[in-house]
Amino acid sequence: MNWIVQYLWLIPALPLVAAGIIAVSKQPHRKLAASLAIGSMGLGFVLSLMAFLATLGHHGEHGQFREVYNFNWLQFGGQWLQLGWVLDPLTAVMLMMVTFVGSLIFIFSIGYMAHDQNFTRFFCFLSLFAAGMLGVVIANSLLLLFISWELVGLTSYLLIGFWYHKPSAAAAAKKAFITTRIGDMGLLLGMVWLYAQSGTLLFYDGGKGCLENDALVRMVAQTAATGMAVTTAIGLLIFLGAVGKSGQLPLHVWLPDAMEGPTPVSALIHAATMVAAGVFLVARVFPLMEVTLDSLAGNADGLPSTALQVVTWVGALTAFFAATIAVAQNDIKRILAYSTVSQLGYMMMGLGVGGVAIGMFHLITHAFFKALLFLGSASVIHGCHEHQDIRFMGGLKKFMPVTFLTYAIGMLALAGFPLFFSGFWSKDEILHAAHGWSVSHWPFYLGCAGALLTAFYMTRQVALVFFGSYRGGHSHSSHRSGSDLKSADTSAHSKEPHESPAVMTVPLIVLAACAVLLGFLGTPWWPAFQGYLGQHHGSAGGVVPLMVGSTLIVFAGLGLGWWLYAKRQRKTADEPDVLEVVRPDIFALLRNKYFFDEAYEKTVIALHAWFARACDFLDRWVWGGAVMLVSAITVGLSWLYRATDEFVVNLGFDAGCKGIRQGGDGLSKLHTGRVQNYLRVIGVALVVLILFLVWGRKA
Amino acid sequence: MLAWTIYISFLGVLVLMLLPRDDARLARITALTTAVAGLIVALMGSFQQANPAEIVTITKCAWIPTLGASYYLAADGISLTLVVLTGLAAVAGILFSWNIEKRTKEFFAFYLALIGGVYGVFLSFDLLLLFVFYELTIIPKYFLIARWGSTRKEYGAMKLALYSFIGSHLVLIGLVATWAVARTSLGHASLDLKELAQATLPLEFQKWAFPLTFVGFAILAGMWPFHTWAPTGHVAAPTAGSMLLAGVVMKLGAYGCLRVAMVLFPEGARMWSGTIAVLAVIGIIYGAGVALVQKDFKFVIGYSSVSHMGFVLLGLATLNTVGLSGAVLQMFSHGIIAGLLFAVVGRMVYDRTHTRDFGELEGMGLSRALPFAGVTFVLAGIASMGLPGFSGFVAELQVLMGAWKAFPVAAVVTGIGIVVGVAYTLRAVQKAFYADGADRTNMTHGAHALEPISIPERLAAVMLIGVSLVVGLYPSVLLNWIEPCLSSPLFERLLKGGAL
Repeated sequence: MNWIVQYLWLIPALPLVAAGIIAVSKQPHRKLAASLAIGSMGLGFVLSLMAFLATLGHHGEHGQFREVYNFNWLQFGGQWLQLGWVLDPLTAVMLMMVTFVGSLIFIFSIGYMAHDQNFTRFFCFLSLFAAGMLGVVIANSLLLLFISWELVGLTSYLLIGFWYHKPSAAAAAKKAFITTRIGDMGLLLGMVWLYAQSGTLLFYDGGKGCLENDALVRMVAQTAATGMAVTTAIGLLIFLGAVGKSGQLPLHVWLPDAMEGPTPVSALIHAATMVAAGVFLVARVFPLMEVTLDSLAGNADGLPSTALQVVTWVGALTAFFAATIAVAQNDIKRILAYSTVSQLGYMMMGLGVGGVAIGMFHLITHAFFKALLFLGSASVIHGCHEHQDIRFMGGLKKFMPVTFLTYAIGMLALAGFPLFFSGFWSKDEILHAAHGWSVSHWPFYLGCAGALLTAFYMTRQVALVFFGSYRGGHSHSSHRSGSDLKSADTSAHSKEPHESPAVMTVPLIVLAACAVLLGFLGTPWWPAFQGYLGQHHGSAGGVVPLMVGSTLIVFAGLGLGWWLYAKRQRKTADEPDVLEVVRPDIFALLRNKYFFDEAYEKTVIALHAWFARACDFLDRWVWGGAVMLVSAITVGLSWLYRATDEFVVNLGFDAGCKGIRQGGDGLSKLHTGRVQNYLRVIGVALVVLILFLVWGRKA
Repeated sequence: MLAWTIYISFLGVLVLMLLPRDDARLARITALTTAVAGLIVALMGSFQQANPAEIVTITKCAWIPTLGASYYLAADGISLTLVVLTGLAAVAGILFSWNIEKRTKEFFAFYLALIGGVYGVFLSFDLLLLFVFYELTIIPKYFLIARWGSTRKEYGAMKLALYSFIGSHLVLIGLVATWAVARTSLGHASLDLKELAQATLPLEFQKWAFPLTFVGFAILAGMWPFHTWAPTGHVAAPTAGSMLLAGVVMKLGAYGCLRVAMVLFPEGARMWSGTIAVLAVIGIIYGAGVALVQKDFKFVIGYSSVSHMGFVLLGLATLNTVGLSGAVLQMFSHGIIAGLLFAVVGRMVYDRTHTRDFGELEGMGLSRALPFAGVTFVLAGIASMGLPGFSGFVAELQVLMGAWKAFPVAAVVTGIGIVVGVAYTLRAVQKAFYADGADRTNMTHGAHALEPISIPERLAAVMLIGVSLVVGLYPSVLLNWIEPCLSSPLFERLLKGGAL
């Protein structure tokens, strides 16, 4: 076994140890905290690189490098439950992405969080998050994956609520945790079911793992209660976990609210890594998701499995709906958040229609350019004194040139500007695969519409933020403040926006370079990335017309956005949006995110609250009442007994006693102790006796 | 050796009663020494026991020969787990009661008497002896609550005592009937649990004797709808009292269900397991639901105990090895975690702020005034939500895996309970500690400054969190005791089935 496989655990363990040391060290050690966190991530990146190199060249039996290291964790009903980690291309790619993007965002955070008094706590949580995320990536056991997954969810909660003194942040943190926990319950149940069916939770175990042929053949033949194959049912439950984590419909509501956290957190957790964990999970259990009776029989033309169809539909719908919402938002981070939801939808769709390589390619490219965009927005927010509303920005191009240039690159990559940007290649792959999907063409149409909208809303955002003239600075009444911890030093700044320090701009430049270059690893003519992940699809044919089509779509979106927002710049911040003037009803619907939150408030949450109150009522009045009733009856009976005792039983007893006492009294009168009385009685008795003897005998 | 856990505790009671009345410090130290000695004996005895699968006899001598009763103390892996739990809870409880000033020595005397009784129950393998110890725990409970409690303490104490007595009388009827029926089938009078477990009791008899005995014990385990003593009792009790109630007393009930009712009447258990599962699942969801809308901090924890004990009962109802071992592990885990939660609410918060109302706590910004309490409660909350890394996760996972085999629907519905569990815990965390308080400066400085968290509190909190973490990360430390003894002859007929 390769030594790197054996020591793969070091990669998540390093940040974990860093987090532990930061947690126990005293507050003011800022330098120590930051260097520990960044050092552990940097070292993790080096190790990931070595792991990546190990996966190149060597090939396992299925054409892919895969080595595992498993160990016993606990005994479970007579058999050992094992945990372990796996090194294969999927792991290696994710490891490199997470450690690399993570390191850059950590460095960026030094600048962004410089004024925060909880600087060390921030780095402690970030490192803890990194540990969890890397644990998810290397896990070779659904259980270990779940454990890390929950750690990731917990740190996400802690980081969203990092500024917990803001009620909106505290509420957002709670919402995020509970919403993702709903999905996690699906994952947990899927895991329990998987264990009950296959007897193992290891993915790969030399032929005995649950993703390997033996187990799949066994499971796909069985049907669950509803008539679907067991694999499909389990796959859907696991997918529910991915839906929660990756913000897919209908559990997407937490992700935009999660933007209440510090912006580097949004970049790392809610754009590049954690939200992608759901996509990664589906990619990891892909063999389970895709298996059908047909595919096992070697019939490649059969319909895709139900599980994959669901993944595709959910992804396609999310990609489109989130993009429409993004059109009508004004908060710079919220636009990016809905864009993230939409792009995650693309990834899911890519997995569903095209397989692991296509979905993962978009995941990786997206991680870079979305991290870039979020860090760019952080730089903007930092420069604009914690303003987030794009209506109050404008003209920042001349104040922040580096931020502008890098942001533009990120925006073009996200929009899918042809040839030179990575987003173009990865999105095109997805659309191409969707075009050839055998079930329906609708995901393809939805994807195209989403691409148009993406180009449109990103142009709108860039036009409003960087072009025109600066509209902030005077009307502070209606802005949403970022962090009030920083408001103290806001006044120290001048009112003009300013460029960020080098510790923030250098990561932007590095990410921007990646956002361009990565795309060339996965072009249809040189699919290095796809080949590495083990997918060989040679059909480059038919790609070019499609590419031209999608290019036209992107240009349409860019042009429309430019025409509506850059050509005619708004003059003041309070002007209504151009689209709002045309169709206020639709715009309101989009701005209010299709009223998802309100609908959940009225249904799920209301039901919950009602149930909780009903239980409380039941406990307080019915069960409590029953107890009180029993006690009241008991006490009542006791009173009754007492009354009976007093007036019936005692009365008789008393009467008897009285009789006896009176008798005694009467008799005691006889015993007066006076001799005269006694003599009198004796005398009378004698007379009576004599009289009796004299006359009684005769009669 | 393990028998000394009982004797040491009662010896401690005796010593405490001989101490001068007004020396509170001496009383505390005596109590702590006793409890620590008990814990050490429990740990040493447990780790010495070579084979946890076996029922190792500690003492056995005739007691009332005509009844077949004997003074029979023994232990297997399940007993060991719970004895260690009792030792830990006892030490933690004393550390968290360090501030008791009112009649200190009497408080600790009652406390140690309760502990002694609990040790006794977990180590008895004679039904009469077990019952005597079981009854012995009720009296100190009553006085602890009625004298040192708060918030309707007489009501809570009386409710708890009456519920306990009703439960134990149901049990008594079951035991007497068993004794009588078993005498005919065994040919001689016996109250030896091992012997009775081998006796074939008629099916008709098991059918009614099982629910009687099970419910009798389950009342103390907080089974819905007989749970209402638990929240009021917990709230009324002093901190150490609620720690012990949740930590070990509720486990007495669950232990009795498993050790007595299910072992004696395996066929009865099979007949009624569906009903128990339904009640358990209702308890899980219902307890979580009620906890979600409480205004009193301690009631939240009280109802969460009902919810968590539902997992124990669900595990018991599965009647398979994974489920049962999950149930026992959950007993341990809940004992540790609930104890810690009550300690934070009762000792760290209530004793300092004199309120448990969320509305008032929200204004205090306690995370700044009492950072240690905040962090402790967050960690305990994480553990209580069943997040991996802490003991609750492994236990609930096992219960779910067991339930999936026996009652898949129950497992699914339980998932809802887990989500609500997250909701009420987060709500409590944020309302009590992380709401932004307007007058938070008052709490950290000045005349209203809260007394900082003391050393004994810190020690105990770290100990409990540490135990939960160790068990969560390396569950084998307990599962190596629990698992093998489920394959012992005692549980054979329960788990293998179809012996009749």
